[in-house]
Amino acid sequence: MALLEIEDLRTYFYTRAGIVRAVDGVSLSLSHGETMGIVGESGSGKSVTCYSILGLIPRPPGKIVSGVARFDGIDLLSCSDRQLRAIRGKRISMIFQDPMTSLNPYMRISDQLVEPLLVHEGMSRSGALIRAVESLEELGIQDASTRINLYPHQFSGGMRQRIMIAMALISRPEILIADEPTSALDVTVQAQILELIKQRQRELGTAVIFITHDLGVVASFCQYVTVMYAGRIVESAPTGELFARPMHPYSASLQQSIPALHQKGQPLYTIPGMPPDLTLDIEGCPFAPRCGHATAICREQRVALKEITSGHGTACIRFQRGELANTPLASTAAAL
Amino acid sequence: MRDSTRAAPFADPVPVQGESLERGSSLWRDAWLRLQKNRIALFGLWTFMLIAILCLGGPFFTSYSYESTEISLKASAPTERIVLRTEFRKVGEPRESYLALSSLEDEFLERSPAERRAIKERVQNGNEFREGNAAYRLSNQRHVFGTDPLGRDLLTRVLIGGRISLAVGFAATLVSIAIGVVWGAAAGFAGGKVDTVMMRFADILYALPFTVIVILLMVMFGRNFVLLFVAIGAVEWLNMSRIVRGQIIALKNQEFIEAAISLGLPAYRIMFRHLIPNVMGSIIIYTTLTVPNVMLLEAVLSFLGLGVQPPLSSWGVLIDEGSRTMETSPWLLFFPAVFFTLTLFSLNFLGDGLRDALDPKSSKD
Repeated sequence: MALLEIEDLRTYFYTRAGIVRAVDGVSLSLSHGETMGIVGESGSGKSVTCYSILGLIPRPPGKIVSGVARFDGIDLLSCSDRQLRAIRGKRISMIFQDPMTSLNPYMRISDQLVEPLLVHEGMSRSGALIRAVESLEELGIQDASTRINLYPHQFSGGMRQRIMIAMALISRPEILIADEPTSALDVTVQAQILELIKQRQRELGTAVIFITHDLGVVASFCQYVTVMYAGRIVESAPTGELFARPMHPYSASLQQSIPALHQKGQPLYTIPGMPPDLTLDIEGCPFAPRCGHATAICREQRVALKEITSGHGTACIRFQRGELANTPLASTAAAL
Repeated sequence: MRDSTRAAPFADPVPVQGESLERGSSLWRDAWLRLQKNRIALFGLWTFMLIAILCLGGPFFTSYSYESTEISLKASAPTERIVLRTEFRKVGEPRESYLALSSLEDEFLERSPAERRAIKERVQNGNEFREGNAAYRLSNQRHVFGTDPLGRDLLTRVLIGGRISLAVGFAATLVSIAIGVVWGAAAGFAGGKVDTVMMRFADILYALPFTVIVILLMVMFGRNFVLLFVAIGAVEWLNMSRIVRGQIIALKNQEFIEAAISLGLPAYRIMFRHLIPNVMGSIIIYTTLTVPNVMLLEAVLSFLGLGVQPPLSSWGVLIDEGSRTMETSPWLLFFPAVFFTLTLFSLNFLGDGLRDALDPKSSKD
């Protein structure tokens, strides 16, 4: 049974410019201990999806229009604030993108680390401090018992991200949502942080939702990938499958946009056009205007995600009809 | 706990000796350690303490009462020698009546200036001067700050006035901070309709003329010293709440607040542990600006007859009175003004220092 099951989540933002359909009918499920990557470009709704299930959407202007997010028999989208608060930081926790701004500059690390323990587990301060030191040591911070008394500005970015991870994992959550945890770090530190998350995940058996726009990270880190575009899921597949046999032209184009070292001298591939305006209610496939394979049928109606092979679903109607089954998607997209 | 042999790559923010893991590490204790390194702030702190102690204890030692008047000593200058006029019923009889004079001028108006000077000199040199059944000699009384037009000792009055001013200044400021910070933080943190309603309420209060509020309060509850605190506090918190609200709104969209929410912390904890410490710098700066403001407001109220009633006094009242006799007796303005300014200066220095001390990033090592 799935640990977390999201069905038809729609989160809209009611702005002056109109209704922004940031998340428009997303369904996904996460099993125990699984690592799922959510990829997509900026504004594709990856973060909003995760913020929605934790009730972190600013309301107003945001509003969860429909959907269910079942977690251990509780619907996260309709439960009370108090119930949700008991889950946040205890059973589902989150790491943010920028470690520079996600720690309170006015509080010592120790005070921030023990907070979830004091609030959720009613631990004594001294007990919580011991646990906090342990959790820092587990993330490879040396001399943790001394350094725990420092303030955030006395740490480097990579160190702060370790502290954030320690804080998120301190109460042994079942799900860890990592919202681009390595985007603000330099490449060498990125690898360390990824390795640490992976290692802690193995030790604790935590399921991880990994939000990123870096396909390389997905390839090395996730078992399962969900590709989002314009607030919808366009493809979801086991990682290997997605890279070997993409079933949506968008995923294929994404892969092609990865800079490769051996293609020296060639211009970098970019997907032509712009992401659609989310205030418009898009009838057909949102990627159709940029897609090299689009035909009239693509613009006609909304297509639901459909499983083609086991665990591998696509929202491309032409693929679902078998019209593109034997076409090498990526190269044709490039031919545009 | 601490491994001293290993070189710590990060310096401790403050040299805290023997700090154990168990010890609570409060913002305030750190701030105090940092404040001790700031000389100007320390100067402000000690000056302020000195003034406060003087005002509290001083009146017991001046040997004058703040309210007893001595009509013949009106407006005597500081350290002016005082002449004692002793009057005898009959020469040689022990029943005497005394009168202290700030100068002999008024007593010998009918004489020529040269004669007056001669008599004055004689008395000043320690000799006695007799005329009729009165004897004039130098008194051993002194008024260090001189006396006011009613012959009251200015030193005692400045110190007693200081008590009132400091009490009003601090009590009213505390009232305004307590209300203003909680109100502003709650409005800013809640946002949306709650924010609108709370801030419109503040706007309505703001629009009411201050003196009208005070007069209404006085009419309802009678003239009362405590009411002064309430009245001033009730007006000053409006500014504070606006400042705090603005800061909280700027802060609450920062990632660390989102992180705190995502950790499942309850709203009150986020407000009091995460948000308010972050705006402490602004609060303290604004507090140091509020204290003098409040003291001046108190003077205004007293001037209108709504505040401190004579013979009781405050610095504001003394300065106001002194400014009216500035040409003839400048010390009446000078001394209360010196105390007032010194207090405000020291509070500002202290406030500046506290703001720096409360910011963990400001430590220079």
